[in-house]
Amino acid sequence: MDRTHEITVTINGVKVTRRVPARQHLIDFLREDLGLTGSHAGCEHGVCGACTVRVDGTIVRGCLTLAVQADGRRVDTIEGLSDSGELAPLQEAFHRRNAAQCGYCTPGMLIAAQDLVANHPGATREQIREHLSGNYCRCTGYQAIVDAIEDVLGK
Amino acid sequence: MKAPAFDYIRARSLAEVFDLLEEHGDSAKLLAGGQSLLAALNMRLSSPKLLIDITRLSGLSEITVRDSAVTIGALTTHAALERSPEIRQRLPLLAQAAPHIAHAAIRNVGTFGGSLALADPAAEWPACCVALDAQFVIGGKTGTRKIAARAFFKGLYETALRPGEVLTHVEIPVPGPDYRSAFVELAQRRGDYAIVGLAAVAKVARGTISDLRLAFLGVASTPALARKAMAAMEGRRAGDAAAAAKALEQDFSPVADLYSSAATKMQLARVLTGRALSALGA
Repeated sequence: MDRTHEITVTINGVKVTRRVPARQHLIDFLREDLGLTGSHAGCEHGVCGACTVRVDGTIVRGCLTLAVQADGRRVDTIEGLSDSGELAPLQEAFHRRNAAQCGYCTPGMLIAAQDLVANHPGATREQIREHLSGNYCRCTGYQAIVDAIEDVLGK
Repeated sequence: MKAPAFDYIRARSLAEVFDLLEEHGDSAKLLAGGQSLLAALNMRLSSPKLLIDITRLSGLSEITVRDSAVTIGALTTHAALERSPEIRQRLPLLAQAAPHIAHAAIRNVGTFGGSLALADPAAEWPACCVALDAQFVIGGKTGTRKIAARAFFKGLYETALRPGEVLTHVEIPVPGPDYRSAFVELAQRRGDYAIVGLAAVAKVARGTISDLRLAFLGVASTPALARKAMAAMEGRRAGDAAAAAKALEQDFSPVADLYSSAATKMQLARVLTGRALSALGA
């Protein structure tokens, strides 16, 4: 049987058709085949959240999704969500609050945080922490990140 | 970490799935959400030759409410159960347990049936199904059969599923109007694997407990129904949790894991028993 498969995915609004190996993760397809290196591959087993992207509007792990599973779906990455301006308030708040140091986790943090902004605008500080429990930051101690998200939710 | 090479087929019908399972046997695995399977493949703990993607099969992701029971399709995601008003109203235990499962991005994709069929000893849904006395509907080439949740979990990652069979639906009887439920869990961090967890359901009339079900996760290789502790609480006030906590030792001897000794787990199980009963009586 053929181990590569042709897929058509709408990435940040642009329809893309490629052949991918069955075992290729969505995160590696985005980074290596399409050059969209804003999403990061961290732990590669679903724990750290650095690879968070959106598929059909909901946040998923790019390392626990196969590229072939994205066939026919809409995928939005940090590049598209940044260009569209959707993340601008969070980006501004992260900048102002100094909520990034090395920046490795930041794209995943922003996409996970935007999920909260869009779907649970009344979230408390505790609920922000719960929602981000799947996104690891090894630099900031999270305080500044939670502060930044709280700023945007409070507006 | 990259998964070993495998091939992939997106199944269009259950009949096709049964044919593929018959043809490929043990070398094929079902992809039902993949939030445990793909992690295991990335770590090369498993190396199937073929993944059969069942996530786009129709008719397996519905929550159907009938008078006395709720039927949940195996491909219903954790997030769908977490958000469902029907589940919150009729099976609040599931709504209480859902937020403990991993993280939002994983709950959006991981499935109810996938978790049950995997039978991870630290998973939330198996214990909930045992507490609620659910029936599992299993499909196969030669027809369907039903098996009680309490007979389904056989051992560590081991179930009553036979080769070629697929868990398709779960039927859960809706507890009566006087019933209450509680789900409590201890983990190192929110969303981590549970150290110990407890799904509790009981009839509560003026603070008195009857028909209590206590199903623990993380203490044995399968969900553990604490029958002695359940019996010890019959007719008692919810505040008398000491009777149940004492009886727990006759129900199971916890298995130590990398981080917690058997004695620690037993102590945590007692603590959770107190918390769950207090939540039931509140």
